[in-house]
This record gives sequence, C-alpha cells and structure tokens, in this order.
Amino acid sequence: MSERTNDSAATLLEVRAVSKHFGGIYALNAASLAIRADEVHALIGPNGAGKTTLIHALSGALALDAGQVVFAGDDLIGRPMHERVALGLARSYQITNVFSRLSVLDNVTIAVQGRVRDWGSSFSFWKPFALDSAIIDEAHALLAEVSLGDFAMRRAAQLSHGQQRCLEVALALATRPKLVLLDEPMAGMGPDESARMVDLIESLRGSVTMLLVEHDMDAVFRLADRISVMVAGRVIASDEPDVIRADPEVRRAYLGDEI
Amino acid sequence: MGFYTTSTPRRIAAIALLAVLVGLPWMLQAIDQSFYVSLASRMLIFALAATSLNLVIGFGGMVSFGHAAYFGIGAYCVAILAEGGIVSAAYAWPVAIAVAALLALFIGILSLRTRGVYFIMITLAFAQMVFYLVVSLKTWGGDDGLSLGHRSSFGAFDLKDDTTFYFVVLALLAFVLMALDRVAHSRFGRVIQSIRENETRMEALGYPVFSYKLVCFVIGGALAGLAGALLVNQTGLASPNLLHWMQSGTLMVMIVIGGVGSVMGGVVGAVLLMSCEEAFVEISPHWQIGLGLVLLAVVLWAPLGIAGLVGWGRERE
Amino acid sequence: MTQLILEQALNGLQFGLMLFLLAAGLTLVFGIMDMINLAHGSLYMAGAYLTAAATQASGSFMVGIATAMLATAVLGALVEVTLLRRLYARNHLAQVLATFALILIANEVVRMIWGAQPVLLNTPEELAGPVRIGGFLYPAYRLLIIAVGALVAGLLYLLVSRTRVGMWVRAGASNREMTEALGINVRLLFTAVFAAGAALCALAGAMLGPLLAVQVGMGESILILAFVVIVIGGIGSIRGALVGSLLVGLVDTLGRAALPSLLRTFLSSEIASNLGPALASVLIYVLMASILVWRPEGLFPARS
Repeated sequence: MSERTNDSAATLLEVRAVSKHFGGIYALNAASLAIRADEVHALIGPNGAGKTTLIHALSGALALDAGQVVFAGDDLIGRPMHERVALGLARSYQITNVFSRLSVLDNVTIAVQGRVRDWGSSFSFWKPFALDSAIIDEAHALLAEVSLGDFAMRRAAQLSHGQQRCLEVALALATRPKLVLLDEPMAGMGPDESARMVDLIESLRGSVTMLLVEHDMDAVFRLADRISVMVAGRVIASDEPDVIRADPEVRRAYLGDEI
Repeated sequence: MGFYTTSTPRRIAAIALLAVLVGLPWMLQAIDQSFYVSLASRMLIFALAATSLNLVIGFGGMVSFGHAAYFGIGAYCVAILAEGGIVSAAYAWPVAIAVAALLALFIGILSLRTRGVYFIMITLAFAQMVFYLVVSLKTWGGDDGLSLGHRSSFGAFDLKDDTTFYFVVLALLAFVLMALDRVAHSRFGRVIQSIRENETRMEALGYPVFSYKLVCFVIGGALAGLAGALLVNQTGLASPNLLHWMQSGTLMVMIVIGGVGSVMGGVVGAVLLMSCEEAFVEISPHWQIGLGLVLLAVVLWAPLGIAGLVGWGRERE
Repeated sequence: MTQLILEQALNGLQFGLMLFLLAAGLTLVFGIMDMINLAHGSLYMAGAYLTAAATQASGSFMVGIATAMLATAVLGALVEVTLLRRLYARNHLAQVLATFALILIANEVVRMIWGAQPVLLNTPEELAGPVRIGGFLYPAYRLLIIAVGALVAGLLYLLVSRTRVGMWVRAGASNREMTEALGINVRLLFTAVFAAGAALCALAGAMLGPLLAVQVGMGESILILAFVVIVIGGIGSIRGALVGSLLVGLVDTLGRAALPSLLRTFLSSEIASNLGPALASVLIYVLMASILVWRPEGLFPARS
C-alpha cells in the first residue's frame, strides 16, 4: 500500500507546532503533522501522548494555546466546530456519541441534513421533512454502506456496541468530509467487529482522507499509508509503515514491546 | 423520546378537543353558565403561554425559568400603548410580540452561552430583573400594575363581547398549535429536537447550535408576548404578578403535567391545572399543599406527564 | 456624604455576608451534585420562623438561634435523604419542578402554622441601641451581624481549604466521579454538606429576621439573589460565593443609596426620582450580565 504515497501529493492538513497545556502539563508540545490528500494516516502513541487532545483541537472542541492549523488552504485557528465541518473536516468520537433515543435512520438523516452546501440551512419551519426524499434516500444508502440497512428503524441505543461504532462513523461520513478524524473506531470491539470496521475503512479508501487514531496495531499496519508516532505531546516520526517499524527511536519510545 | 410525531389517535383527540372548544359557548349557554366563557378564555390564553414555553423546554431542551418575563411584557405593552391612545389590536398586539421577542433575544444571547444549572439561574435572574424594573417604575403603576380601560379594537369583531373574544383566542391558539405541529416536523423542528438530545454531536455535524437555540428561544418569547397581550385584554390589568417568577414556575408545572415536548402538552396542562385550581380553592385555602404533593408525585413517578400516563402523550421510554 | 457612604458600605457588607451564608451551601449543592435546588430559600424561611418561635418560647435570642439552626439542619438532612437523593440522577427540569413543589408545600405549611401575617422577631434588647464608630452612630445589632458573618465566613474558608473534610468537599465539587472512585462516600458527605448548608440558612434567616419581615415568600427573593451570587462567583466555589456575595451586597446597597442623588446631578429631579430606584434595582443584574459576557463560567469556576 505504500505505493499510494509519494512526496508530491498535495497536503490537505498542515499542523504546525501546536501546543496545549492544562495547568502545567503540556498535552501537546509543539506537535507538527502533515496529512496528504486521499491517504489513510494513522496516529499512534502510548496512552497520554496527546492523540485525543489533538483530535479535539483539530475538530474545534478545544482551543489551542499556540501553533497553526491549515486545512485545504483555510486557517482553522479560532473557527468554531461547525464551520470546520462546513469546510469538510468531520470527526467520530472515541466514546460513542450518537443520538441514542432517536432511530438509526433519524441519526443519519439529521447528519445528512446538516450539509448546508447541498440543501441550504435548516432554518426551514413549514415544509415537512418527510418531503425531503433526497436526504432520506441518501441516509438509507449510507446505512447500507455501513451494513446497518436492516436496522434503520431501531432505536440507536438498542444497537450492539459494534453497530453503534459503525453508526458513529456513518454520522461523520454523512457530512461528506474531505478529511475524517476517526478517534479509535475499534475501541471496545471484539475481533469480528474489528474486522468489519477494517473492511469499512478499507472500502472508504480514496473517497475520503482519514486520520486514524487507533491502538489495534494489526489494523493500523494493515490500513495506514503513513503513520505518525506521538510521544509526550510531540510527533517524533511520520513515515511509511515499513520505515516506522524499523525506526529505532520509535521502537525505543513506543513499539518495542508491541511488535 | 425520539422526534415528535403526530399519531392518528393524537390527531383524532386534538380534533375532538377542538370541536368541544368550538361548541363550548353554546353548551355553557344551554346550562345557563355563560360566565364560564371568560374563564375558558383565560385557560386558553394560559394554554398558549404554556405551549410557547413547551417549544423552548420540551422541543428545544432549554430549561428556561424566566418565561413569565415575555408573558408579562406582552401584557404591559398593550396596556402602555392603550394609555397612549393606541387601542387597535392590529398595532398593539404585533408590538407586544415584537417587544417580547426583542427581550428574549437580549436574554437569550447572554444566557445561551451557558448551560445546565447556570442557564436556569440566569434566565430566572434576568426575568426577575424585568420584574423589579417594572415594579419600580411608578409611571407604569408600580406594584398596582397598569389597567386597560377597554379591550383592543379588532376590526369588525367586538372583543368586549366575551364570546367573540373567546373565539378570537381559540382561533389564535388553534393556529399556533397547528403551526407548532408543522414546525415539529420541519427541518428546523428536527434540528432543535436533536440539539435537545445531543448538543455536542450536533455541533460536530456542522450545525451552528447557538443560532438554532436562539431562534427557538426567541420564537418562544414572541408567542408568550402574544399570550400576554391576550391576557391583559381578558383581565383588564397588566399586573406585576404576570412577571413574577412564580408565574414562570406555574407555566413550567403546566407543561410537565401536560407532557413535555408534546404539541398539546401545554393545553392539557393549563386546562388541568386551572380546573383543579378553580375546584380546590373552594375546598381549602391551603390547596397549594395538594398541588405541591401532586407535582412531586408527577415528577417522581410520571415524568411524561398526565398525558403520558393515559398513553396520549409521547411514546414511553 | 462620606459618612452616608461609609454607613451604606457597612450595610452592604452586612447584607453581603448574610447572602454568603445562603450562597455557600447552595453553591456546594450545585457543584457537587450538579443539582438545582430552589427550596434552599425555604430553609432560610424555616430558620427565621423557628428562631422567632424558639426565642418567644425561651425568652432568649441565643437559644432561639441555636435551636433553629439545629432543627433546620435536621430538616434539611431529612429532605435530602427522603427526596432530593431521588433527583440527582434526573434531569434539571425534574429537579426544578420537584423543588418548586417543595416551595409550595413549605410556604403553605408555614401559612397554616403561623398564618399569613408577618411574625415579629425583635432585636435583642442589649443590642437594640447604636454604637459610635468614628464620627457616626451605627446600630449595634448590624455590627453583630457583620461580626458573625465574618466569623462564619472565616471558619468556613478554613474548613474547606485546610481540613480533610474540606478537601473531600472541594474534590466532590470539581469532579464527583473521581472523588467516588477514591473511595469517599459522596452520598454521606453530601447529606452532611446539605445539613450544614441548612444550618447556615437558618443562621442567616435568624440574623436578618429582626431587620426584614419574617414572612411567607421571604426565602424566594433572597434565593434569587443567591443565584446571582453563584452565577457571578462560579458554581461550586466557596471563594467565588464570598466574592460574589460581597459584590452583590455592596453594589445593591450602595446603588440604592447613591444612584437617585447621583442622577439628580444631571437629570431633572422628577425623572431622577422615577428612574433612580428602577436603575438601582437592576444594577446587580447588569453586574451579572457583564461578568457573564466576560467570564461565562463565573469568576472562580470550580470545574475546569
């Protein structure tokens, strides 16, 4: 899969020396990262390395103390979360964060409905939503894509854990992002469910750029075009999987006992 | 609870209720109790006020504890304009709505920056600010309130006639309920209900959550202003009591009894609560203890309201 | 003029300290349990009525206060154990409604026992007169309130910031789950905090009783001021409650005293006398709004 990457590929997301501290502790300490268009970029590192903090900062849930973030030519610093989504940057959550009391279909329709560039804003007070068949059709198609087609009318809370994780990813995809930040999509999954998630991510390759934070190293090395390693708030290496696997510094800092 | 849906039983019940309400003046006439028409108007006006709060709390998920401010300010607007010689409903009522909406915009912009317990306390505090402001202005009657000499003029209709006034109120309420039902099923309605369910996720899906909540909050305030404009016409007095925080609490009680987040919840709650009030005031001066106990019981054991108990409200969890 | 301002500042300090007694308990309840409790003002009312009754029965104001504080603490603990506990896991709307119901019940019970008319609570005779401070006379009783308020505030600060129990309380307010994980019995801790908060309410009700009227509804007006204090100070912060209370007490008292005459210097006296009280009554809300714009979490947020 490394033949997919080459140095001339366009950079979609450029993170330059971002920092974030909580009290005296630096969760991010001048971390830099570049993500190329259409790649699957994995972000690995030990617990507490700052991976989730970075995801929060990129999505706009957390304000950075220093550094720059440029996404497809737009400076993201200071922009609220919803504007970043409109620019094409979506995220999924590590702890499932869906609309648990709504039906699975309503979960996805509300996500699809949010795309102002396709349907206009939702300040539409009179027309029944049931007439917006384009949105509903797209939601059904998306559910089929993530193998939840048969569960459309189920309440989201009634899905199995693995299915909820798929719904989680589907919500992010429904915004039709250029880049999707997947925060541990396999968290808490059994081997079968993990395999299905790997297939799902594999099937998305090329249609959307992905930044994948994941602890499952088998999945990471199977999926990633490139891997960045984060330790103590810094990105210490960023390269193709084979190079990362061989990098002595990475081995010492992190991989040693896992590979 | 998922999105609000209008099931067939709900539809039939609402139409039946409307039919009864349309026939009510004649029924009362038949049993020689016509003075109850005035009480019925009052109930429908409170039903409108409660419905406006249900939009904010039940659909938008914003536990506003200051709704009486918009209700009261609507009443004061009509009374103040009447003092200045403007008695036409065509001017006075829209002004009442607009002023209430502006007040809601001001309070909403400040308080929607916060959530949870903060939001409750801040909306309550701002409503109390309006209360003290009105009470301390002697030109507006201070503690005594401002009386309205005549009901607003309303084109060819004579609002001084209690039955005519009742039908105007009923028509407005019916329109608002129909509109709320439309809105609940519209894209906007789905967005605010989803924000109620999971605000962070809505933001992460690209919705400017603050704007949607603010619009919902302002519409709720505007409708409360309309209810206030109607109420001052019914009672003939813009009283500071309308602005008091107990009034906000009462409106909240109504929607909880009637069903939070259900289109008819405000109507059911207002009619039930006010009927009980009429009945129990005769029995004991301390009837509020009973109300308190019933309310506690509803909160602890029937969180979906009375409508939920009889299976007419929203679907059970 | 300076004398008037000084006197009003003392009044403001006195009122602020009494507000703090209410706000301290309330902010911890909100902070630890993420629960809104409207019935806190009812405990203040109960404290005032019980003091009046116990003072009349015993003939001693001191005995009256002590009895009322103890009885209100027990009452508070009882309400917490039987009812409020069931509400922690519920949403805020349910909490508002249930505690609103408690207010209705409390007000009506008081009306049944003591009637609708205000009850008289006299200033103890030995404190009824004025004392001379600097160049002016100031009521001795009000000085006592300041002393008691300052003493309790100091003790509370020491308790919360220096002792083990205080550490648990602070931990509970900033992160309840973590505190539970550390093996601290948050339920018991909370019942204790609630009872202590109730006793402080009773103290405030007792001290203010002779100055304000002891009547039904007295709890609600001061409750809303306590809310303003907490919004300003930040939920769950004792320090915030103290700073907020003093700010609200001083701004409110000084505003009422000074604004009308201040306005008269550049407005006609008729407009000024109409506008002055109106502006003074909304001053603290303007203060709250400005702090909200600047710091939506309050001055000293306990949760990060």
